[in-house]
Amino acid sequence: MLELTPKKLSDRSTLRINPIKTCQPVGAMYAALGVHQCMPHSHGSQGCCSFHRMFLTRHFKDPAIASSSSFTEGASVFGGGSNLKTAIKNIFDIYDPEIIAVHTTCLSETIGDDLSGYIQDAKVPEGKLVVHTNTPSYVGSHITGYYNMISGFIKYLSESTGEKNGKLALFPGFVNPGDMREMKRLMKLMGTEFIMLPDTSGVLDAPMTGNYTMYPKGGTTIADIRDLGNCEMSLGLGELTSEFAADTLEKKCKVPYKTLPLPIGVENTDAFIMALNQFSKNEVPYEIEEERGQLMDILLDSHQYTHNKTVAIFGDPDTVLGMAQIALEMGMIPKYMVTGTPGAAFDRKAAALLEKFGVEGCTAKQAGDLFELHQWIKNDPVDLLIGGTHGKQVARAEDIPLVRVGFPIIDRYVHSYLPIVGYKGAIRLAELILNALMDRQDRDCEDEDLEMVM
Amino acid sequence: MDSRDKVLDKYSSKIYKNRKEHVIEIEGGEPQVIAADTRAIPGIMTNRGCCYAGCKGVVIGPLKDVVNIVHGPIGCAYYTWGTRRNKAKGDENIKDFTQYSFSTDMQETDIVFGGEKKLRQAIKEAVEIFNPECIMISSTCPVGLIGDDIHAVAAESEKLYGIKVLAFSCEGYKGVSQSGGHHIANNGLMKYIIGTGDAEPQKYSVNLLGEYNIGGDGWEVERILKRIGYNVVSVMTGDGSYDHLKNAHTADLNLVQCHRSINYIAEMMKTKYGMDWIKVNFIGLDSIKKSLVDIATYFDDPELLARTEAVIAEEEEEIAVGMSYYKSMLDGKKAAVYVGGSRTHHYINLLKSLGVEVILAGYEFGHRDDYEGRDVIPTIKIDADSKNIESITVTKDDANYKTFHTPEKLEELKAAGVPLETYDGLWSDISEGAIITDDFNHFETEEFLKLLKPDIFFSGIKDKFIVQKSGVPSRQLHSYDYSGPYAGFRGALNFAKDITMATYTPVWNMVQAPWKSEPTLVGSLGGME
Repeated sequence: MLELTPKKLSDRSTLRINPIKTCQPVGAMYAALGVHQCMPHSHGSQGCCSFHRMFLTRHFKDPAIASSSSFTEGASVFGGGSNLKTAIKNIFDIYDPEIIAVHTTCLSETIGDDLSGYIQDAKVPEGKLVVHTNTPSYVGSHITGYYNMISGFIKYLSESTGEKNGKLALFPGFVNPGDMREMKRLMKLMGTEFIMLPDTSGVLDAPMTGNYTMYPKGGTTIADIRDLGNCEMSLGLGELTSEFAADTLEKKCKVPYKTLPLPIGVENTDAFIMALNQFSKNEVPYEIEEERGQLMDILLDSHQYTHNKTVAIFGDPDTVLGMAQIALEMGMIPKYMVTGTPGAAFDRKAAALLEKFGVEGCTAKQAGDLFELHQWIKNDPVDLLIGGTHGKQVARAEDIPLVRVGFPIIDRYVHSYLPIVGYKGAIRLAELILNALMDRQDRDCEDEDLEMVM
Repeated sequence: MDSRDKVLDKYSSKIYKNRKEHVIEIEGGEPQVIAADTRAIPGIMTNRGCCYAGCKGVVIGPLKDVVNIVHGPIGCAYYTWGTRRNKAKGDENIKDFTQYSFSTDMQETDIVFGGEKKLRQAIKEAVEIFNPECIMISSTCPVGLIGDDIHAVAAESEKLYGIKVLAFSCEGYKGVSQSGGHHIANNGLMKYIIGTGDAEPQKYSVNLLGEYNIGGDGWEVERILKRIGYNVVSVMTGDGSYDHLKNAHTADLNLVQCHRSINYIAEMMKTKYGMDWIKVNFIGLDSIKKSLVDIATYFDDPELLARTEAVIAEEEEEIAVGMSYYKSMLDGKKAAVYVGGSRTHHYINLLKSLGVEVILAGYEFGHRDDYEGRDVIPTIKIDADSKNIESITVTKDDANYKTFHTPEKLEELKAAGVPLETYDGLWSDISEGAIITDDFNHFETEEFLKLLKPDIFFSGIKDKFIVQKSGVPSRQLHSYDYSGPYAGFRGALNFAKDITMATYTPVWNMVQAPWKSEPTLVGSLGGME
């Protein structure tokens, strides 16, 4: 496995090998699927739409619907206006969504298509909506596309009527439907009225009933997106993912915002609960206190199996930072933290995290890739890998256990239904990490050392 | 109103006009014409991909000893990394790069100022790190638009590093589907690789064309061919290699499995090297047997034919009990099959042998000849989109041209039923009354599902869960749902096992919650029983 990867590091400025990021449009498609009765629309060649639908379907094992402008060579020369107008008509005729959320591609961005103009000229049936965002694939990553699409919804739809609705606007970060469910559960327990955008729960984890519906029950409603403008404040979870959306809402509707790390691990969840507490002025209910206490219990009981274990974490920036936080809380050393998404803030936040826990000798890299991470590991190995499916090659090559967390996980089931956020999510992560390390100990030890009780 | 009209009638007049040519019902008598290989309609949820997907994703991606550098923003390289199941295995002589994804990861500045410099640097780094014998460059949409001359960079790098460097202008917007990309890939391999090797010709040697080794299909076919006594010179392109491909011209016969994606090379090799080709199908028992007998008949050696018959008998014996069990489980069921460009046809016989009738079928990107047979090719109208895909002409290579049979012998073989340079298309095997939808889309899939109620649905990942959520068992025929091989005799058994499993998994009996069918309150009302 990966035998052609040399141990010796080389100066590589250009060739990207085994990336830890993909392009903007798929993030935009994911965000748009979190809006109720929304058809995500890819303005480009139909291959983009096909690839993105495949990618999302493989991760969620659920239908990911989206349409395409199906550019041909002609459209690429003369502009995609007529394709988009035709598409809008056909989508409303045949698939009858409430809203179409258009995102661009590197093709339509390179030729400079004027989406606002096209949409203004398009025939949109009464009461239906078309919104758009620009997602050039050659800037940022899927994370960028995700927050661009959320901002697109806000720019088009959110309004401040002058009358506050008493609600918290929540931007959940690039997380699974299972995480969004958990965030909603915690907000309900805290008595916090909220609007969450997007909300893919009930869409990409919709139940099997024997009847397929193109638009399942989940997703943020259009009325709620409009009403975001009347929220008291907004909270962006995942500072590198959600600030852009929160800032857009502040600029447009003067809703003040605060950002926090993704609530992965003890302290990050504490910060989320405290923010809810300050917002709603409600006491933290016993149910949450009990969950936190259980988590403390588990981490204490099991600390000897994680203490000083080294871990390489790769994936999306906020997920990696959250996983590094919980790893540190479990006494582990996040020796390598790598994200493919570019942005120097990642390096700064990783450094601050290490400083907080007084840990040295770790490396963090933004705009990195798995090829380089593998080379680092070859030179100085780790006990555990945490990240998405693509890490399985490195795990096999170096015989290191892999705990699958984040995007994409295209080779396992169930992951998207269960949370990694909140105290419950931390309990789940603790189980995943402990099982990986302890199974390894059982596998590798001598017969006489196999422990019946651990 | 029949099912076809019921579905088409729901369209607006403009779409109706387009789609009615692509959706037909098979009726006896007259040969049927279908519209195919035309533009998808914007906004319609087509299953098609793009030119890049056909070129890099399908044809050149599986070549294992090639560093395939995708020139463009990151997405296109990312999505074609390990996702198609074209299995490959390297050894001490041949490197295997299929576990890697290579991209120039173009950024905004590259779009503005051009990406050639970046591409040159990426090639330099690939050479320094991996020292490959061959590099292939695939361009994605923006590359064509900003005018990067990838062919010049390839030529220059070839000289600089003394290795083979090829460029493919397979921008996603070209053509109407993956199909254009297949053609572009075929042209490149033909122009620059096939015929450049100097291996000694071997006896009974064949090339296996259009076999991508999905789930190990190619390995299973090779195993059988080698058992009989053939030499497989090259496989195009599953587990294939630059190293083998350059000697493809030394074979005696080309065997074409996926007609749609590779028939161009078969035709061009006939012109350039005089090599005959036959259409084979290693999926389904009757098809495999016919293909193996056809190949032996071509080589016209009684010993080879006897060995073929012996191998068939042994292989068939091995799976007979299993096949008859699965047939008893599946007999009488009805299926829908929607796959790419040849595979839909390939599975009809296999399903028939299990007692399953195909009532709904179609290709994602097939051409009219894949439906109606190659005789129709001269009558296909070339439209603006197909004109944009380069079609190259080759001439006789005097040094390497050879004929295995005299023209008279070829005629004799044709008369004996050997499918030389011919393919009859889907029509030759589809059942009367079946509905065919070309470039099938989400809407038609959903509507026909409701009307025709197939027992099992074969398609790809984008449809899979839509179909399954509506209560119909669904298996992917692009990726075999991570199972396989499905080719060959043993593959047929794997397939039969998998679809029986999909049909009989216990969950189907539990989908309905008990409170949906039983009354919530049990008791008596007002003392009445």
